[in-house]
Amino acid sequence: MRSITKRFPGVLANDSVDFDALHGEVHALLGENGAGKSTLASILTGLYRPDSGEIAIDGKSVEFHSPRDATAAGVSMVHQHFRLAASLTVADNIVLGHSATPWLRTNPTTIQSQVAELAKRYRMPVRPDARVWQLSVGEQQRVEILKALYRGARILILDEPTSLLTPQEADDLFETLRRMTAEGRTIVLVSHKLDELMSVSDRVTVLRAGKLIGTVNTDESSPRELARMMIGRDLDTSPLGGEVGAKRRVGATESGIALELKDVSADDDLGLQALHRISLTVHEGAVFGVAGVAGNGQRELAEAISGARPRTNGDVLVKGRHLRSGATEDAIVRGVAHVPEDRLGTGVSPSLSIAENLILKSHRQAPMSTRGVLRHDRIRRNALDLIKRFAIAAPGPDTPTRLLSGGNVQKVVLARELSSNPAVIVAANPTRGLDVGATEAVRALLLEAARNGVGILLISEDLDEILLLADRIAVIYEGRIMGVVPRSTADVQHLGLLMAGSSA
Amino acid sequence: MRIQRRLATPHWLLVAVPAGSLLAAFVATAIVLLVAGKDPLAIYARLFDRAFIAPGALTNTLVTATPTLLTGLAAAAAFRMKLWNIGAEGQLYLGAVGASGVGLALRDQSGPVIIAGMILGGLILGAAWAIIPGLLKAYFNTNEIITSLMLNYVAGLLLTYLILDSRSFWRDLTSFSARAFPQGKVLPDGASWPTFDVGVMVVPFGFVLGLLAAGLLWSLYGSTIFGFQARILGDSPSAARYSGVKTRRVVVLMMALSGALAGLGGASEIGDFRHVLDPRGLQQVGLGYAGIVVAALARYNPFSVVVVAFLLGGLANAGYSLQGPGFPAGLVGVLQGMILFFALGGELLLHNRISLTLSLSPQGRGLGRGASTP
Repeated sequence: MRSITKRFPGVLANDSVDFDALHGEVHALLGENGAGKSTLASILTGLYRPDSGEIAIDGKSVEFHSPRDATAAGVSMVHQHFRLAASLTVADNIVLGHSATPWLRTNPTTIQSQVAELAKRYRMPVRPDARVWQLSVGEQQRVEILKALYRGARILILDEPTSLLTPQEADDLFETLRRMTAEGRTIVLVSHKLDELMSVSDRVTVLRAGKLIGTVNTDESSPRELARMMIGRDLDTSPLGGEVGAKRRVGATESGIALELKDVSADDDLGLQALHRISLTVHEGAVFGVAGVAGNGQRELAEAISGARPRTNGDVLVKGRHLRSGATEDAIVRGVAHVPEDRLGTGVSPSLSIAENLILKSHRQAPMSTRGVLRHDRIRRNALDLIKRFAIAAPGPDTPTRLLSGGNVQKVVLARELSSNPAVIVAANPTRGLDVGATEAVRALLLEAARNGVGILLISEDLDEILLLADRIAVIYEGRIMGVVPRSTADVQHLGLLMAGSSA
Repeated sequence: MRIQRRLATPHWLLVAVPAGSLLAAFVATAIVLLVAGKDPLAIYARLFDRAFIAPGALTNTLVTATPTLLTGLAAAAAFRMKLWNIGAEGQLYLGAVGASGVGLALRDQSGPVIIAGMILGGLILGAAWAIIPGLLKAYFNTNEIITSLMLNYVAGLLLTYLILDSRSFWRDLTSFSARAFPQGKVLPDGASWPTFDVGVMVVPFGFVLGLLAAGLLWSLYGSTIFGFQARILGDSPSAARYSGVKTRRVVVLMMALSGALAGLGGASEIGDFRHVLDPRGLQQVGLGYAGIVVAALARYNPFSVVVVAFLLGGLANAGYSLQGPGFPAGLVGVLQGMILFFALGGELLLHNRISLTLSLSPQGRGLGRGASTP
């Protein structure tokens, strides 16, 4: 790809970026959120057309008008969020939309055996006749990769492929990738996990603010150098947040109990039991981490505490006082702050202004409203104050919140939740999708709250984050707590096994 | 041609697009008139004259605009929080039933008492009728579009029943003409709502109430806890639940408010104009449905509802008074249809950027970027 430029309203997403990948290499694409990685990947797969620039494959200039053109040229992408039809079988998903698929499925077994063979060749065990909804996230990813291979992909782009995987599943994935590059295929790995890139890639191309910063050979580089290229300055800490970690307070367990769960059960949206008698204790000033692979009851756990989801059994106590089941207002009044997983749809009301989102929970009481009437002057002053205190980058308090970047939306959520003087904070994946700078800021805010005596329940799918921040670590699997260990004795291999459901 | 979603809509577009849509509607209708062999400019001149300039025109325009102002506000109140109350029609009927019932019951009271009673009667019955789909939505998650729409037919049948098929309190059973054909009791003189002279205009009391309601609605949404919660709920239901908003209560109350405004429209029909519960007259015009159009054109802004109701009222009034030989009878209908069509088309321009790209060169370099098509 040569001097690719793509402009969106108000942003230059790619500014004459050059990018090349060789046969048989894993080429990582590194950059913060909004650096232009996804745009570049989307151009390469025909989703967007560049405003200018040229793409050549095997020396031949090509022009993609649609993803179909790209597939025909041997370029496929595995998106971060899978694009599979959940009710169809693995085999059906793989041939879906492929030009060679017959209209009538006269002979499903041939397709299935083809798929099975492909799966065997790349050591990606998956049953071709299984329905996609029955599969784990890791298996679904394998289906996506098989789909690309079935279509003859010679260049495969993977967008944040390990974000939803356990450490073991990630290792399996890397093994598969090596097998593919050995055949001369090219892998483009979009990621911002430095350790992962270091171990698996041959070369790394770094983007920052839409511009190409440089391409380096991985074995001649270091995480520190890559991080500097990515954010344009030296991180205070390396690896992420080492200094943040050093600020931790030890011995917090001796203080009072902020939050206690006793035998809490709850159902998911379909009415199936998602939480099975969960008991845990979060002390004041301590961070209690809940690790686990996505979809094992994390969302239900957070909502059962915050009141957004009624409990079917058990008690939630905040500073010893019982919380009513399914009563959000009660939880808010008792000092439960909640940083939800879905920050733009739930954590804020996207079309409302920043100032309004900062009073989302406090609008009922003085000083933000008196006798049913909102006090616009106070709301505005509150917003200006919090924007300054939490360094929210925004044009002003009246800006619609949806126009902010992910990191700033999260700061709005945290500013509101932390300024409410909470007893406990339930934070669900608080740094997911945020760039390095914003991640650091969010983590520092959480730890500062802990230093001030707030109990923090950190529910995160990012094991590194849990290891970095938590005093005690629990693993949740299929709605059950598999075990609780203090950080000092935590071992990644052991936690990984627990996350995969093995109780060993 | 490419269509891209706008991140933010510039302020000037909010005025330019509706104005452009209006102009486009008149141009398109002019083409229809030309094809039919009429002179569009002359016809538009007559239309404008009869709507806003001729003696008594403004007064008639206000009369036509009053009910759609109130039903327009009813729709705007609910639609603003994405609560699709299509039932203003039926709620207006019920408002008329309530107001005429109270007006008849209080016939011995003084004027102000009767009128206050009628207003209350209209508000309460309209709200009660709207609460039905509101409760169904809040507690059983039914689709309020369907339920509120269906209740319009029920309300229409109720009107017919009260006057034509029963010996109800509303039916006139004594007078001579009522024996020839069933009709409602005529309300006492004290139940006639006052009018206000402003220059050459005679402003009906219902229109004044509508202006008042528009102001109240605006401050309700902008400055009260309830309005704030309604906006959160309309924007993101999960954010509303997350922040402890009692979502069921807000839905039911907003439906009630919307229904009360439509009911006030029904009360005004009785008090300002008809002075009798007339099932066929009320059902003929589709005042509730017209309110939906008004609200949509006004983009749910209460003050814009006033302007739009006034303009469309002028159009309807002019079309009505110009009816006859030499004036195409269907013209106003065509024009109204065109306005709605272009206004809804304009929404696309408001929220999306449309650029024409001429891809003759191999790189497909953009030409005329930002040029928009109507």
